[in-house]
Amino acid sequence: MIHLYELFHAMMKPMKNMNNTETITTWILACKVEDIPENGGACVLLDGEQIAIYNFKKRGEWYATQNLCPHKQQMALSRGMIGSTGEEPKVACPFHKKTFSLKTGACLSGDDYEIKTYEVKVENNQVFVAL
Amino acid sequence: MKKKVVVVGNGMVGYKFCEKLVSKGGNEQFDIIVFGEEPRPAYDRVHLSAYFGEKTIAELTMAPLEWYSENQIQLYLSDPVTNIDRKKKIINTHQGISLNYDYLILATGSAPFVPPIPGVEKDGVFVYRTIEDLDMMKSHAAKSKIGAVIGGGLLGLEAAKALLDLGITDAHVIEFAPRLMPKQIDQAGSDILKSKLNALGIKIHCNKNTQEISGEDSIEKMVFADGETLKVDMLVISAGIKPRDELAKIAGLEVGSRGGILVNNKLQTSDESIFAIGECALHEHMIYGLVAPGYEMADIVASELMGNATKEFTGFDMSTKLKLIGVDVASFGNAFAEEPDCQTIIYENKTKGVYKRINISNDNKYLLGGILVGDAEQYNMLLQTVNNKLPIPADAEDLILGSRGGESGGESGVMSLPDEALICSCEAITKGQICHEVIENGNDTVDALKKSTKACTGCGGCTPMVKDLIQGILKSQGKVVRNVLCEHFDHTRQELLSLVKIKNLKTYDDVLEDLGHGDGCEICKPAVASILASLWNENVLEKGRLTAQDSNDRFLANIQRGGTYSVVPRIPGGEITPEKLIAIGEVAQKYGLYTKITGGQRIDMFGAHVGDLPAIWEELIAAGFESGQAYGKSLRTVKSCVGTTWCRFGVQDAVSFAIEVENRYKGLRSPHKLKSAVSGCIRECAEAQSKDFGIIATEKGWNLYVCGNGGSKPRHAELLATDVSSEMCLKLIDRFLMFYIKTAEPLQRTAPWLDKMEGGLAYLKSVVIDDSLGLNAQFEADMDALVDSYKCEWKEAVETPEIRKRFVHFVNAPEEKDPTVKFEPLREQIKAEDWNAVLK
Ligand code: SRM
Ligand SMILES: Cc1cc2nc3c(=O)[nH]c(=O)nc-3n(C[C@H](O)[C@H](O)[C@H](O)COP(=O)(O)OP(=O)(O)OC[C@H]3O[C@@H](n4cnc5c(N)ncnc54)[C@H](O)[C@@H]3O)c2cc1C
Ligand code: SF4
Ligand code: FES
Repeated sequence: MIHLYELFHAMMKPMKNMNNTETITTWILACKVEDIPENGGACVLLDGEQIAIYNFKKRGEWYATQNLCPHKQQMALSRGMIGSTGEEPKVACPFHKKTFSLKTGACLSGDDYEIKTYEVKVENNQVFVAL
Repeated sequence: MKKKVVVVGNGMVGYKFCEKLVSKGGNEQFDIIVFGEEPRPAYDRVHLSAYFGEKTIAELTMAPLEWYSENQIQLYLSDPVTNIDRKKKIINTHQGISLNYDYLILATGSAPFVPPIPGVEKDGVFVYRTIEDLDMMKSHAAKSKIGAVIGGGLLGLEAAKALLDLGITDAHVIEFAPRLMPKQIDQAGSDILKSKLNALGIKIHCNKNTQEISGEDSIEKMVFADGETLKVDMLVISAGIKPRDELAKIAGLEVGSRGGILVNNKLQTSDESIFAIGECALHEHMIYGLVAPGYEMADIVASELMGNATKEFTGFDMSTKLKLIGVDVASFGNAFAEEPDCQTIIYENKTKGVYKRINISNDNKYLLGGILVGDAEQYNMLLQTVNNKLPIPADAEDLILGSRGGESGGESGVMSLPDEALICSCEAITKGQICHEVIENGNDTVDALKKSTKACTGCGGCTPMVKDLIQGILKSQGKVVRNVLCEHFDHTRQELLSLVKIKNLKTYDDVLEDLGHGDGCEICKPAVASILASLWNENVLEKGRLTAQDSNDRFLANIQRGGTYSVVPRIPGGEITPEKLIAIGEVAQKYGLYTKITGGQRIDMFGAHVGDLPAIWEELIAAGFESGQAYGKSLRTVKSCVGTTWCRFGVQDAVSFAIEVENRYKGLRSPHKLKSAVSGCIRECAEAQSKDFGIIATEKGWNLYVCGNGGSKPRHAELLATDVSSEMCLKLIDRFLMFYIKTAEPLQRTAPWLDKMEGGLAYLKSVVIDDSLGLNAQFEADMDALVDSYKCEWKEAVETPEIRKRFVHFVNAPEEKDPTVKFEPLREQIKAEDWNAVLK
């Protein structure tokens, strides 16, 4: 039986490494700035997909990733703590503290996982994500 | 043209051979082609049982497929080699590939030996070797209650533990020999092990010969030679291994009469261009059923092919340590040497389930070997003492009876080893190599050493020693080893706590700004959040502190499989009125929650959607409940027994005092969780001696015990004061807790805190009883302030709109619940969907 999460995951896979500069980006309105706690994340539902958005206030940066943690397929990354290793911004999954780069989606705790990252922009107190 | 190396078998050793060859530059000299019979690349068979726990296939995989392609290794999976034409130097595979080779490496491993018992072919009979075996066991276990294992050796016992993990409640081990692990331990050791395993719920039957497995299609019962029978729903056969030499036989290579491909000291078979390594190789009448010797063989052959062979295979130490959870078993060196060839020292403690035996040379100079059951902490050092012929103390018994808490223990011990001492036997890493990495290359963490040397990446047994070694080297270099929090703070937790207090800092952001650098991380955030709560006791979710909390604190609930949360209201002392029981029942019914009595004498409701949490708590608060802080590093429960209120033996009112203690310290945040209990008499029904602070009634008052815990390393609490009044008892606890909060490391419970304290219990007494630091008045005042500022944080959360609105799954669709949450029915209730099932 193919599970829903797996399908979801399979859908995301081919998109990785896609070169954003060559495609036309469509910005989708996700939420208001105050919906995302400072220096943390929250989840939005966009086009049926769960996207985690992070307001990295300390660095004045915004990030977005898939909400699904690839380790045990848990919809949880938006509830994780964010921070950095050296210069690399990261999120730690609340379940087993695997960490992922918010920039590249690479797993920083030595496992062979990768998560999808999205571009984010903030205008007029509104947060947009490029899907 | 490059020469061709063909590897048959992609198991642990076959993989290690590729890794070694590549690391020596072999992929530039050779085309490397690997055939594996299993459908997936090599995985860590040693930790196979972890597949039933927290590990996924990806985590068990030795190297991902990309690794093979990056190193130009051609890997064919699900394609066993079926035939070797040695004259033409060609192999043929099942899927029809024909390929010529210059060197052929047989790493075909072994298969479980299945004795010819009538009925072994029935449904429900398994072996324990591959991921597929485990998958099949898992689905069968779902409909089984009683399980048995044939074979009481190392693997059999591991399989028995696996049965428990699979939810089999009635597990049996059937051993033909008179004792368990006959290859490793003696009868006395086996007896102790047996009683320990019984306590885990595994029943042991030695001297039992299985004659038949009966049942229609599926196994129903086992019949033994002595006429007895045992009803079972599933059976795992783990009666030994049988080297996979069938391919070698077809090719006409020499094999041993009882199996195994014959090899010389270079691991060459009777055909000089064919080598055999790992569990399929028979060297000097020995099959090595462990991974470390296999790795050594892989290394030797890789060097040989590269033309720089420096050593030969001359046998391998078979010392082992069993990793059965809860029971340590180890044997090392010559475990069975007997008088008069040696002198034997035995220590046995039946109540604690500890058995230790060491064999000493007759001249009192050397340790020859030994057996440890129940406590194998000294294993690494003893093994080193045997292997390196280290001098032993004049009183040889000190080797096994060394003082508790490992006084001088590991550290000076490891540093005294010679440079060639083997620290990691899986990867053959010596002390000298580790010293070099730490000193010359600055790799002074276990993670860094794992990357640079691969030490600790095999069975993991050497990790404690490697840690001691790093500490020892740094100390000897005059580097103070400071336990700084993480890369963002150059302070220890103790220093940080004082600084935060002096500077009056109230939020994580302020602390980072003032005392740290960078952006913070998942290590320093919860540590600082805990310090702030211990100092100021302000709501953890206010003033931007929300995102500095560990995830459970951020949602004031424990996250569960599938992403729902559990709800645990405080039930002080375990006492509850019928009205409150009804209220809990009604809430659980309304929100569809699974309910269970916890091990802490209260009730847990599981399966709450994050968006439902505020409403659930609103109803509980209306019924008179408060937060139970089950999610926090804070006071959990104060358990009680009924004491004088009902019990005929009670000498004090244990329930009333437990409630008073729980209400005093509820909400108190600390470096790790705190647990307590009050028993009404010396019979100790509340288990106070296994708590961080435990109280036992006496005729005259209370005895106070401190620094105990349950968990994976249980520790009995130690007596701090006797016959104290209730008032004095609380004063002592105030001081003890504040001293702990101010000086412990992050996530260090009270027992390890005391272990690390110089001067130990005597020093702790001098501080909290004799006031040697002159801080007791301060400790008491600090505690009073915390008690006075207590507020139920769930009440604040539901009443403060700013906080409450954060409890949603989708911020852009607050009404909607996470659609991926799935429950399954379980005994008229629900449970979370099995996440390992989801992963498949
Ligand atoms: C619910 C409960 C099991 C049950 O169904 O009975 C439980 C469940 C958990 N325990 Fe426990 N423990 C529970 C009683 C215990 C007990 C028994 C007791 O308290 O008397 C112990 C042994 C006593 C002790 O702690 O010394 C216990 C020793 C642990 C440990 C090991 C601690 C140690 O120092 O070694 C952990 C792991 C840890 O904290 O790092 C743990 C961790 C956990 C966690 C928090 C694991 C996690 O992070 O998800 C579980 C979360 C429960 C939840 O989501 O609500 N739990 N746990 C019990 C809750 C008691 C309560 O009312 O609060
Ligand atoms: C549950 C369990 C726990 C263990 N615990 C420990 C422990 O704690 N410590 C320890 O040291 N050891 C332990 N072991 C033993 C350890 O796993 C083995 O020693 C090790 O895996 C041997 O490696 P190998 O490569 O020789 O054999 P394997 O890992 O068995 O690999 C051989 C591979 O070759 C394949 N193969 C066979 N024939 C062919 C063919 N003709 N063509 C292609 N492929 C073929 C097989 O399918 C298999 O994948 C444990 C084993 C098990 C099962
Ligand atoms: S400890 Fe046991 S015997 Fe003593 S009062 Fe409590 S319940 Fe009674
Ligand atoms: S589910 Fe995310 S780390 Fe395990």
